[in-house]
Amino acid sequence: MKNTVVKAIVAIAMGSALFTSCKPKNSGDAVSGDAAQKAYVAPGKYDEFYNFVSGGFSGQMSVYGLPSGRLFRVIPVFSVDPEKGYGYNEETKPMLNTSHGFVPWDDLHHTEMSQTNGEVDGRWVFGNANNTPRIARIDLKTFTTKEIIELPNSAGNHSSPFITENTEYVVAGTRFSVPADNSNGDVPINTYKQNFKGHLSFVKVGKEGQMDIAFQIQCPGVNFDLSHAGKGKSHGWFFFSCYNTEQANTLLEVNASQKDKDFIMAVNWKKAEEYIKAGKGKLTPTRYAHNVYNESTHTATSEIKTQVLILDSKELKDICYMIPCPKSPHGCDVDPTGEYIVGSGKLAALIPVFSFDKLMNAIKTKQFEGEYDGIPVVKYEAALHGEVQKPGLGPLHTEFDGKGNAYTTFFVSSEVVKWDIKSLKVLDRVPTYYSVGHLCIPGGDSKKPFGKYLIAYNKITKDRYLPTGPELAQSAQIFDISGDKMQLILDFPTIGEPHYAQAAPADLIRNNGQLKFYKLEDNKHPFVTKGEKETKVVRNGKRIDVYMTCIRSHFAPDNIEGIKMGDEVYFHITNLEQDWDVPHGFAIKGSSNAELLIMPGETATLKWNPDKVGIFPFYCTDFCSALHQEMQGYIRVSPTGSNVPISFSLGTNLPAPTTQK
Amino acid sequence: MYKVSLFIAMGLLVISCGKKEQSGDDFSKPTTTEATTTADPASYDPNRGEGKYDKVDLGATLDQAMATEGEKVAGVKCTSCHKPTDEKLVGPGWHGVTSRHKPEWILNFITNPDPMINKDPKVQAQLEICLVRMPNQGLNDTEARNILEYMRKIDGVK
Repeated sequence: MKNTVVKAIVAIAMGSALFTSCKPKNSGDAVSGDAAQKAYVAPGKYDEFYNFVSGGFSGQMSVYGLPSGRLFRVIPVFSVDPEKGYGYNEETKPMLNTSHGFVPWDDLHHTEMSQTNGEVDGRWVFGNANNTPRIARIDLKTFTTKEIIELPNSAGNHSSPFITENTEYVVAGTRFSVPADNSNGDVPINTYKQNFKGHLSFVKVGKEGQMDIAFQIQCPGVNFDLSHAGKGKSHGWFFFSCYNTEQANTLLEVNASQKDKDFIMAVNWKKAEEYIKAGKGKLTPTRYAHNVYNESTHTATSEIKTQVLILDSKELKDICYMIPCPKSPHGCDVDPTGEYIVGSGKLAALIPVFSFDKLMNAIKTKQFEGEYDGIPVVKYEAALHGEVQKPGLGPLHTEFDGKGNAYTTFFVSSEVVKWDIKSLKVLDRVPTYYSVGHLCIPGGDSKKPFGKYLIAYNKITKDRYLPTGPELAQSAQIFDISGDKMQLILDFPTIGEPHYAQAAPADLIRNNGQLKFYKLEDNKHPFVTKGEKETKVVRNGKRIDVYMTCIRSHFAPDNIEGIKMGDEVYFHITNLEQDWDVPHGFAIKGSSNAELLIMPGETATLKWNPDKVGIFPFYCTDFCSALHQEMQGYIRVSPTGSNVPISFSLGTNLPAPTTQK
Repeated sequence: MYKVSLFIAMGLLVISCGKKEQSGDDFSKPTTTEATTTADPASYDPNRGEGKYDKVDLGATLDQAMATEGEKVAGVKCTSCHKPTDEKLVGPGWHGVTSRHKPEWILNFITNPDPMINKDPKVQAQLEICLVRMPNQGLNDTEARNILEYMRKIDGVK
């Protein structure tokens, strides 16, 4: 009897354990036994993947390791970063120049890695600025921002920076339609339908990564949300999701949610190229900044460009086609074969999957249901492969594992759903904590996904971490997707707000010729100081140029006199080290600027306006050696009109110690 | 009996929750190998040092052109810490260095200091005085050889 009771209890316990471990009902039960082992990367061991995560409203891009979730670096992109001197030192200030002048902040939403033949190639990663529309290119040999291009005729660069399969183009579609730059923008807001236009930018990417706006396509005023390039058979096409096809200009929450269907816009960019060649583009005046960091002068320059080539989608009928897509589509994702296009209607109760072959046939046989503002609208059924029924609530984004499966995030029902692309059957679902936005599978939007992990980037954190006041870190969650069932293995906090992210095998990047230091012999900075013998302090009117060097563990010179109130002092500091991982920092008391963080072999410049008469110490901010605390110096600031001459020294006292003044 | 059923139930639990992943590639090993060639510390030769230089032929007289080039490179990469005199700055003065060490020792050390800082008794004694590990300044073969010639010039070779 007793034995039977025990057996029954054990059976119930086991049964419920089985149930809860596989179908977690709350966050406490979501993790099964071997999760720690799967996410554990032992001290000194490397992660398997790099993960490049957008920093959202931080404006930066963060670099994590997978599966450990360890943060390696935050790359400053669109926001100033006093820690690294980015946007503060003279060399990088031009990177943040725009047609509006210097802009110190932006909102980086999406990351996209460069590809060759549709596979991630580890050269660059691109990021978009959502507020003041720009695209940045980050070099993966240095993990620094090398180039930023502004996008004219745009506002809210959201459907960006997605690329074509050989990185021919990186695109940008305007989220907020606005009057074109060369038209009179001083119009009543409620003339949206007449005066507001949507522009799609096709930015050509050169062999060395250099960006140039090849052309823009002028489209009806709607909100362009997300996009992805065709690949394989659909290479040559680009797909953009559009919402607010109601063309509302107020209370979009209601007014842009009226129609049952909005659109996915298919753009034949090869055709657009032909029209450009045929001279159909109109050179249109505008102003936009193009900023490039030169690796040999260690200095960025900013150029304002004044015109852009525009193609009119109304006039040139066979570039753009609208595919009806329910309801306010957000994610617009193309599977690894290039055949299936997944539109995720934020407010839809199903996921439509379009077929590229059917779309081509529909266009060929003119299966149109009409026009939208001059653009042909393909019949929904004519382009439809099928619908995933009842997948969840609020579908947003889809990535692929390369094994015929798609994974879609559901914001409202807080889950990731795995489904079969061909049969459209739901295969598995896991809860996320909470309200997942984007997701990432390494290579998950390329021809060659590495379907081992899936990372969900959640918008709401609530009870996941120790509380930190009203603002909480947003959480990312890693799932092992190598089996039939998705398995949660780790949570990790992120910086800013993560939107889209990309990941690639670690070896692809760490073996790409990582730069360990800048070679002094190749340093062409106009104010470089190659050796202590060349150090000097030069006065030119009120401008003082200090040619300074640093090496473990001193600055040369470290005593400077003869600076006067009203002077503008430029410290050009060259780090003479020629070894990996030996940056030096430079900070001076009371400076309204940031610090410098100077990589080995690099020259960087800090501008300083002394604000008081007296002695100002400066020091190295990056612990560099056992004598780091000795790495310091003094600058004497005298009143305007003082007759203290310029002098500088290291190791000797100048002027002679007898002068007390 | 219930122990057995418990065992089976546990087994089921494991099976039902995803299969064990097969071991993938080992990502733990660096592909670019740092120069750590000598495995046996006892094999360290304090006269030659450790590195690729085995035997260095010096000219009977000074090569002025090489010494001048060497002085230039040293001005960029070395003299922030080393004086041409006996005086210690961050590191020891260079005067007399070519009589204290064999040429191959010098070349091995200045082209790749780290392994020798870890092993060489003289370098370790020097580290206790200076407390700064000599940085690897990324010298190529020509630069290193020219610097050696400049050191010989400092030491009075004509």
